Amino acid sequence: MSSGSPIRVLPTPPRVVVPLRQHIGAPPEPVAGPKTLVSFGQKLGECRAFVSAPVHSPLSGTVERHTTLTLPTGIRTVAVPVSASGDNLSGRALLDEILGGDWDYERIKDVDPDEIAARVQDAGIVGLGGATFPTHVKLISAREKGVELLIVNGCECEPYLTADHRMMLEAARAVLCGALLAARACGGAGIAVAVEDNKLDAVRALEREAAGTGIRVVTVKTKYPMGGERELVPAVTGRLIPSGGLPLDVGVVVINVGTAAAIARAVLRGGALTHRVVTVTGAVHQPGNLLAPIGAACRDLLDFCGGIKPDAARIVAGGPMMGFALADLDTPLTKGTSGLVVLRREDVEREAETECIRCARCVDVCPTGLVPTKIALAARNELWDRAEKLHASDCIECGCCAYVCPARIPLVQLIKVAKARLAEIRRTAAERP
Amino acid sequence: MNNAPGKENTPLAQAPTLSVGPSPHMVSRDLSTRRMMADVIIALLPVIVVSFYIFRWFAIYHLLLAVITCVSVEALSMRLLRRPPTIQDGSAVVTGLIFALSLPGTAPWYVNLIGAAAGIFLGKVVFGGLGQNIFNPAMVGRAFVMIAFPAAMGASGYVSQSTGVDILTSATPLTALKQMGQGTSLMHLLMGDTNGSLGETSALACLVGGFYLCARGTASWRIPAGVLLAVTIISSAAYLIHPTPHWTPLHHLSAGALLLGAFFIATDPVTSPVTRKGRWTFGIGIGTLVMLIRYLSGYPEGVMFSVLLMNSAAPLVDRLTVPLPLGGSPGKRKP
Repeated sequence: MSSGSPIRVLPTPPRVVVPLRQHIGAPPEPVAGPKTLVSFGQKLGECRAFVSAPVHSPLSGTVERHTTLTLPTGIRTVAVPVSASGDNLSGRALLDEILGGDWDYERIKDVDPDEIAARVQDAGIVGLGGATFPTHVKLISAREKGVELLIVNGCECEPYLTADHRMMLEAARAVLCGALLAARACGGAGIAVAVEDNKLDAVRALEREAAGTGIRVVTVKTKYPMGGERELVPAVTGRLIPSGGLPLDVGVVVINVGTAAAIARAVLRGGALTHRVVTVTGAVHQPGNLLAPIGAACRDLLDFCGGIKPDAARIVAGGPMMGFALADLDTPLTKGTSGLVVLRREDVEREAETECIRCARCVDVCPTGLVPTKIALAARNELWDRAEKLHASDCIECGCCAYVCPARIPLVQLIKVAKARLAEIRRTAAERP
Repeated sequence: MNNAPGKENTPLAQAPTLSVGPSPHMVSRDLSTRRMMADVIIALLPVIVVSFYIFRWFAIYHLLLAVITCVSVEALSMRLLRRPPTIQDGSAVVTGLIFALSLPGTAPWYVNLIGAAAGIFLGKVVFGGLGQNIFNPAMVGRAFVMIAFPAAMGASGYVSQSTGVDILTSATPLTALKQMGQGTSLMHLLMGDTNGSLGETSALACLVGGFYLCARGTASWRIPAGVLLAVTIISSAAYLIHPTPHWTPLHHLSAGALLLGAFFIATDPVTSPVTRKGRWTFGIGIGTLVMLIRYLSGYPEGVMFSVLLMNSAAPLVDRLTVPLPLGGSPGKRKP
């Protein structure tokens, strides 16, 4: 729906609210108090912990009194409001600063590999595909363990989202620059960019820019959830990630295309992660892909896209399969928000749940090879050890089972309950001497 | 909230109401339990048409009687149990059709009535309704009347198309084989102008409907594949050891209720396993039992007993065939 519309720049909003805890890991402490003046890219929060990432101001302005808010993911965090003042980059100039302009492969050779991870950390880069795991941690552990291959994930993580697609079309060179830098930081891994076969224009754009760099562009089947590491790594390399393991265990590290572009900007231009590309689609008047400041209210993005249509019934941050429903239109955009999908009444309306007839559609679609209906039944009956025996913890929560279920059983929702409960049981077992 | 007169057209009154809920926020509209039951009925149409052609009014009245009985018994049971009505899911219609198609045309009306009622009540309602039953309800009903009225359950006649005689009394192909060592031509088995239960005589009709069901994904292809594989292997082995030119493995595959059973009865999702390996196991188990019963027991045919026996094993099969998750290693046992 929005793959044909070029990235537009959201006009600088008068005020942003930047949540401090936007990633997996320790929450940063605020470093800019109320009434202080901050400039574009200045740190608003920082943390000494290794698994954490600082956050930066996406605009020049004045810090207001800190607030606390709950993100759609359920995470409660301190947030730093900044009201814009003075000159702020906007429009074409902002787009050029972040994604456009010249990206010189020659300069990469001069970058000290040891410095890349430090710059990435300082720029607050986290996985922009939605997982929001701090990228420097990934790069450093990849370097320590040694990896052969860096996969740049150009598969949209969910249907409807086109932010990564547009990024590859319009900022292919930035993406590849970031990939070269990340591979250098990992100690010289080979690079493959994986793109789904419904984005052949992106493949061509990447191949054009990849000439002479040794980067391979690999086409993979368009099939949700191909954007998940557990599906993508076997599709590209033929290696299965062991249950409970990471791509690192098979000598692979995966980064998203947006993350790669952010790495290029951080290392080559010294810019922090302050903006991201967001797909705004569904029941809005002008669906599209926006370059928006992190901390902008979702309302600003929706308004810029012409507002929601009268039949809108739910607004989802992320995609329709795994995203989180917004309870408040003032919810700020975070580093992990890859899209805002406005769903219609007919999309979200459900028939009543009926009995499982064991048709096994869920078994057939499960990309992980689980038996969702049995795990869901175990979760309903609170039989946690049975859920464990059925490998509930291996679920990647893609939602395919609940999507296909003809009896409309909330399968993945029940499995998530089982996963959370099992994790809790493991934690208490570990604490006990 | 804003229902004051004249306010309906204000922007606030028109503003959409937004909801929240857990992901996934969309579900596939292609499929529902009703749609799956409708698929089975569509797939049964070739079988039903052939049974109308071969058995005429016997087929029509048995099918009608069984469907009406099944639906009424289910509706009545749910009422008496003060449960919400369940007949709209269509599963009682499917049970009625399959039960009727498994009856001989000459079965008396009360056999049909009692069997259909027993199938729904003892086979389904007492377990808690759709999705909870262990045994295929149609086969429970058939087993009930098979034991209660053994004499009435022998297929004794059909309406001959070629001779013009009203009813042609003859043994079913498998009975003829068992008791008299007589073969039946493959063409007859394929087209269905032989004696037998209402729905089992035409191999072709079962195959057409069965392929539709598998192509739609409503039936798992692994179950019929397992059944046919087992029957082919066992009957071929037997044929090689002791060749019987009038009864080849192809005869075994196309005679009796094998195809009807493999595609329509064994594939009842509720009473079959859910795992891929489990479905293969289930199908192969049924095929093996059918051949054992055909060769070694006093019965000429064994689809019903095989399905019921494997139904009882389905939960165990599921438990033993839990697949390893992607990237899981067989050595690693979770505590």
